[in-house]
Amino acid sequence: MAREVHGMVEKRGSGLWLTHVFMILGVLVIFFPIWLAFVASTVTQADIIRPPMPVWPGDQLWTNYKNALFSGINVPVGTMLLNSLIMAIGIAVGKIIISLLSAFAIVYFKFPGRNLFFWLIFLTLMLPVEVRIVPTYEVVAGFGMLNSYSGLIFPLIASATATFLFRQFFLTIPDELAEAARVDGARPMRFFWDIVVPMSRTNIAALFVILFIYGWNQYLWPLLITTDPEMNTIVMGIKQMFPSGDDFAHWPTIMATSILAMIPPVIVVVGMQRLFIRGLVDSEK
Amino acid sequence: MEKRVKFRGWLLPALLIAPQVVISAVFFFYPAGQAIWQSLFIPDPFGLSMQYVGLGNFEFLLSDPFYRASFVTTAIFSILVTLCSMIPALFLAVIADRLIKGSGVYRTLLIWPYAVAPAVAGVLWLFMFNTRVGVVSWYLGQLGYDWNHVLNGGEAMGLVVIASAWGRISYNFLFFFAALQAVPKSVIEAAAIDGAHFWRRFWTIVLPLLSPTTFFLLVVNIVYSFFETFGVIHTITGGGPQQTTTILVYKVYSDGFVSQDLGSSSAQSVILLIVVGLLTVLQFKFIEKRVHY
Repeated sequence: MAREVHGMVEKRGSGLWLTHVFMILGVLVIFFPIWLAFVASTVTQADIIRPPMPVWPGDQLWTNYKNALFSGINVPVGTMLLNSLIMAIGIAVGKIIISLLSAFAIVYFKFPGRNLFFWLIFLTLMLPVEVRIVPTYEVVAGFGMLNSYSGLIFPLIASATATFLFRQFFLTIPDELAEAARVDGARPMRFFWDIVVPMSRTNIAALFVILFIYGWNQYLWPLLITTDPEMNTIVMGIKQMFPSGDDFAHWPTIMATSILAMIPPVIVVVGMQRLFIRGLVDSEK
Repeated sequence: MEKRVKFRGWLLPALLIAPQVVISAVFFFYPAGQAIWQSLFIPDPFGLSMQYVGLGNFEFLLSDPFYRASFVTTAIFSILVTLCSMIPALFLAVIADRLIKGSGVYRTLLIWPYAVAPAVAGVLWLFMFNTRVGVVSWYLGQLGYDWNHVLNGGEAMGLVVIASAWGRISYNFLFFFAALQAVPKSVIEAAAIDGAHFWRRFWTIVLPLLSPTTFFLLVVNIVYSFFETFGVIHTITGGGPQQTTTILVYKVYSDGFVSQDLGSSSAQSVILLIVVGLLTVLQFKFIEKRVHY
């Protein structure tokens, strides 16, 4: 009986076959733009400016990618990749460190102004950098941090999402552990390093994945503060590769750069899929 | 919820929260305060002094036809992005949920676009619809349709909507898929025994059970289309043609950085701040409800 019901709910035979067809069609449609970009990164400019362009890869893969990575258009794409990597890792690591520390203070200490502090960081949850760009730009310019990694990183770690996540998690750590630590005469920071941080390992990893993607994919902020091409990140640098006049854009180089720009986040998302999904669900809670 | 066990002292916790306090104060509270302050002034033409105008900037903005148009554009844009990303995602999640084997493989393939930055997505879609070399626009031309998003506002809007919704399909798919897997199979089986067909089961049982997820995704996708789609619009249309794709965040940028109109740009930031505030309240209201569920 159970088996029959199961058969009624989970389609088999022709229905199952059709389901796979729909799924594959869906995947193909979703994938099409990426495929086309890849094809464009393996052919010559001449192949592209005489439409329609081919739909199968050509033989220029090595030339185009070598050209993009080592010469680029304004600046070698290798430089932009390095800038993006530093920015994304800086944001992820920086935010994780400051939020681990402050969440630990909020949860495990009683100190004056704790509630006020809690509500203040709560406010930072509400305001994306896009909303306060002009004054933030002025602050960063005032510190002389234009065209610098610290200018790229600090304004983007000034938000409390991660602090909230860690606070939620710390509250689930059994009280007995802290009690035992206190009875043993362990100092707070020892408890932090030996118990709290190791227990948060999975949360830290999941958050790292989410923050890395967030940092890597930033566009508006690097666009404003990196006027020097040497400091461009890859995601904002692609747009800078388009000619301003009526000339043809050099599509093979631009598309090779687009593919290079998506490889690191895709590796992170697909390679750490379980952590990524966990981080996604956690950070939206 | 509170811990029973607390450590004593104030110096250590003060040191622990110091980095976050300093960074938030310098890069968050000060600029946000500045935005509010500057919204009450207009700089003189030489930029030497500021003149207090009270709510003048706001009055001017709200009576400015371009700003009002930008509100309407943002509303249309975010509704379209939300629908175009949620409906296909729900459809894909429903069929993936029917598979016993292989859904993991499809999931891996479908989450790819999430990793693609909005600005890169913009470049990919721009390439497909480019008026001179785009594959899709070329085939449309063969069919007798003259695609030109550089001149046609409706087509420009359509293109930025699709490019913005594309990566979000992955995101919505993950949430719908997880929610579908959590629907108790016994309920579905009971309905199946009663003779309810797949689509009937879907409309009467599955969809109502998905409503918390759906509502959550509605809010999150609206927030996304308000604030995170700048890259798509900047790469594809630059707000044009004739401001038909200038959403509010794009206008803050173009008035503040391109036209250097600080008072107006700050007033716009403050209005956006209120919008974000309302959306956040909505989201928290919903979360509270879900907790009591």
